[in-house]
Amino acid sequence: MFSTPSGMTRRHFMSHLAGASALTVPALTLGHSLRTHAAELKKNHKSAILLWMSGGPSTMDIWDLKPGAPTGGPFKQISTAGDVQICEHMSMTAKVMDKLAIVRSMSTQEADHNRGRYYMHTGYKPVLNIEHPSYGAVMAHELVDQRTDLQIPPFVSVGGGSVGPGFLGMAWAPFVVNSNGQVRNLDMGIDDSRLIQRMQALRLIETNFISQNRGSAAEEHAKVLDKTLNLMTSAQMDAFKVNKEPKEVSDRYGTDGFARGCLMARRLVEAGVPFVEVDYGGWDNHANIFTTLQNTKLPVIDKAISALVEDLNQRGLLQDTAIIWMGEFSRTPRINGNTGRDHWARSWSVVLGGAGMKGGIAVGKTNDDGTTVETEPYTSQDVMATVCKALGISLETTFTSKSGRPMKIANGGKVIKELFA
Amino acid sequence: MRFRALRRLVAVAIIAASSVLAIDSAVAQSATEPKESGAKPKGPIVADYGIPQVRQINQEVRQVWSDFQLSPSPAAFDGEWCRRVYLDIIGRVPSVQELREFQAGKDADRKAKLVNKLLTDESYQDEYARNWTTIWTNILIGRNGGLEDRTMTSREGMQKYLRDSFARNKQYDRMVFELVTATGGTAPGSNNFNGAVNFLVMKLDENAAQATAMTSKIFLGLQVQCTQCHNHPFNEWKQQKFWEFNAFFRQTRAQRSFVPGTRRVESAQLVNQDFSGENNDPNEAILFYELRNGLLQSAFPVFTDGTAISRNGSVNYCDRRTELGKLIVKSPFMSKTMVNRMWQHFLGYGFTKPIDDLGPHNAPSHPVLLDYLAEQFAAANFDIKELIRWIALSEAYSLSSRGTGGNKADDPLLGESPKFTHFYLRQMRAEELYESLLVATQAHKSRGSYEEQEKLKGEWLGQFTLAFGTDEGDESTTFNGTIPQALMLFNGDLVKKAINAEKGSFLHSVASSNLSPANKIEYLYEAALARRPSSSEITIANQLLVARKGDAGAALQDMFWAVLNSNEFILQH
Repeated sequence: MFSTPSGMTRRHFMSHLAGASALTVPALTLGHSLRTHAAELKKNHKSAILLWMSGGPSTMDIWDLKPGAPTGGPFKQISTAGDVQICEHMSMTAKVMDKLAIVRSMSTQEADHNRGRYYMHTGYKPVLNIEHPSYGAVMAHELVDQRTDLQIPPFVSVGGGSVGPGFLGMAWAPFVVNSNGQVRNLDMGIDDSRLIQRMQALRLIETNFISQNRGSAAEEHAKVLDKTLNLMTSAQMDAFKVNKEPKEVSDRYGTDGFARGCLMARRLVEAGVPFVEVDYGGWDNHANIFTTLQNTKLPVIDKAISALVEDLNQRGLLQDTAIIWMGEFSRTPRINGNTGRDHWARSWSVVLGGAGMKGGIAVGKTNDDGTTVETEPYTSQDVMATVCKALGISLETTFTSKSGRPMKIANGGKVIKELFA
Repeated sequence: MRFRALRRLVAVAIIAASSVLAIDSAVAQSATEPKESGAKPKGPIVADYGIPQVRQINQEVRQVWSDFQLSPSPAAFDGEWCRRVYLDIIGRVPSVQELREFQAGKDADRKAKLVNKLLTDESYQDEYARNWTTIWTNILIGRNGGLEDRTMTSREGMQKYLRDSFARNKQYDRMVFELVTATGGTAPGSNNFNGAVNFLVMKLDENAAQATAMTSKIFLGLQVQCTQCHNHPFNEWKQQKFWEFNAFFRQTRAQRSFVPGTRRVESAQLVNQDFSGENNDPNEAILFYELRNGLLQSAFPVFTDGTAISRNGSVNYCDRRTELGKLIVKSPFMSKTMVNRMWQHFLGYGFTKPIDDLGPHNAPSHPVLLDYLAEQFAAANFDIKELIRWIALSEAYSLSSRGTGGNKADDPLLGESPKFTHFYLRQMRAEELYESLLVATQAHKSRGSYEEQEKLKGEWLGQFTLAFGTDEGDESTTFNGTIPQALMLFNGDLVKKAINAEKGSFLHSVASSNLSPANKIEYLYEAALARRPSSSEITIANQLLVARKGDAGAALQDMFWAVLNSNEFILQH
């Protein structure tokens, strides 16, 4: 377990790093000191939690059922606290559906896992000569300036790797942790003054190498070192420790990795982390889909999602926290010979809620057997634009890729208006 | 050993500065631009060591420089190049002794000699085979292959096969043929053990969709995975092609055997069985697949170039995987894919990105060179070591990683295709870091058996692997230059061990040696960075010694910690 070296306060420790010390090399600059004008910016405490369903969950068995249709599968619909019906095996989530909205008219084109994961995370299709930043990198990049007190990484990915920071650079990469909340290798086991001295020797080598014009990888490395040091000395690391949560709270979420991840997400949001992704795989159900969903997958998400929404709501955090539930695509309406469903991107659903987005509704509509979208189709870009609006991030924001090409945030997606009516 | 603190130290620094000690030359060398007389930017003569393929590579690469009006960086320092070539050929940094031996050589052929030594000298064969086994295990079965629950893959079996192959410098076409056609047991000690079967044994689910996609991608650079379900969005490959290629795997079955009395998989057998087709007619062993509109289509085995083989599903009549193996090794795509892969291994970028996508929609950056090398590799009987020699001795591989004004525009990170005017930085692989730390701290001399070593390394590597939770076994690693990796290098056991200064440790032996204080620092820099420290680095080392109250072991510990955590150490440069 980490503790500040020799019981020093963080402020004291940082003052050592920043200035007076035994060694006469240039003082370290820490990431936060660069953000000098942060305090002048308007405060925005909004955050987002992405519940990433890796493998591509069958949304027509969860959020947009077609009972009676040949493609419909065996599950029944139930009424909810909102003006929507969902799968019978989501009964706890049904009680919080007044807080969540289903977008039933997603229509995308990427039905390969890697391409779909990239597209849904970035709003861009994969291309060969540029790497786009993922959701978390973008949102963290936009929101972190307004969190001057944040000492831990602004983009945390629990239980999976997310998608990288692309042209924003490694400093915006997700901080990947397991759902048990134990961050490895936090403690150096030496006193703070010695750590400072080591860091100064290290900084000298880093700076020399960077000054030799070796390219951006050398500079990115130095930035990551700063962030690492920041994190090692921060009491905010407590937010990762899900086992500190009272038993009645953690029991409400459930006991598996995804449940702990959702609980950690709430703790991290409370600590001011602007973007948390929680990954839950196992949705690539090419065979035996209905038993897998009913017995394994749906009970887990039903408990955890409903607990997360309730918990955020009770703590007054839901109004500032966007929740996004989605996978890389969905699954074929047609049921295959192995009682499974294959990859399908043409007509499917995502779920959004919180941060001022209207709950209890379904946006858009698919046809009777779920094979096409009958209303205005929405894309990854549109979902991202909608989340940006909910988080108060301007859709006029433009990034410049390393090649100097301007890239519009959310790739010019349009806001799903019904969610802000 | 303890110094008498400050006075002595200051003296050392002063003496060093007044060029009495050997340290002076080191400072001069590392603090200024290289004085090497090697490749001049525009000069006509570049060393080719009398090897025609090297000459041709140099010409083709230079042609692109002049097409784009770029000039190359100067040559890397000898020490940098030496570190580079050790890392790329045998998977670790050179020891101080190896580095000094190379730097002592002044003859024009010294680089060719070193490459030759690493490729052919008996004393490097184990490390050579280990390095390429590691690389190819990850290519063939991923970082997680054989480590999943209830897997049939034997990682050990895969590694044993590859190690034997690389140790004997098996021709690449032979290796590919064996991997594609293998039958037998997965695990060492199983019936008819044949480690090559581990490539396919877990890729046979869902009618061998993964076997189809991965065989095509890894050996032919043709990405057909999308065409399983629909026609390719970017090129003319049709869904039909996928299933025709897939038909070659329909005689293949994996049979588990369990540890007696349990459900634990002990090993598996990969076997060929007669395929009577989905219409139950072995003479016309057909398979069916579904179009997106639900209609059924049929397919028989046809190779990517249109060559059809017998439709008969009987193994005795036509062993489909053997036929596939023959077709693959005759395909020009096999040679091109390997050349592209090896070029990327050494230069950081291949001629296409990704390297295993040579499809018509993905034009290579150096098409003439790619074709030329593919032909030469085939003409050299697919001798992997020859291919390595050509690339490692090329001008492009010899250049410094320092950019210059004349090649600023050549940055693949900016989305440009690589022109190879300078060496591109890239992070060491986790396995390279592991092996390098052992050598840098001389811990490699007291290692256990090969199996024990690999087991320990495997446990350490496990902390970085992330699975994505899809049926295709996609995975990623946190050893990617982010905070968890930095934390591991800051505080992890491996580094703690490397900087241990207790009696019997590497640092203790350096600290208590009769080297001068400056030479001790120098030794550590050479061990990790293959260069001598600069004057400012000597100064800060001396300050650390003061801070540690003259405890040399503790000061070296701090210094070595900083060196091992630096960008210069972790980046192949």
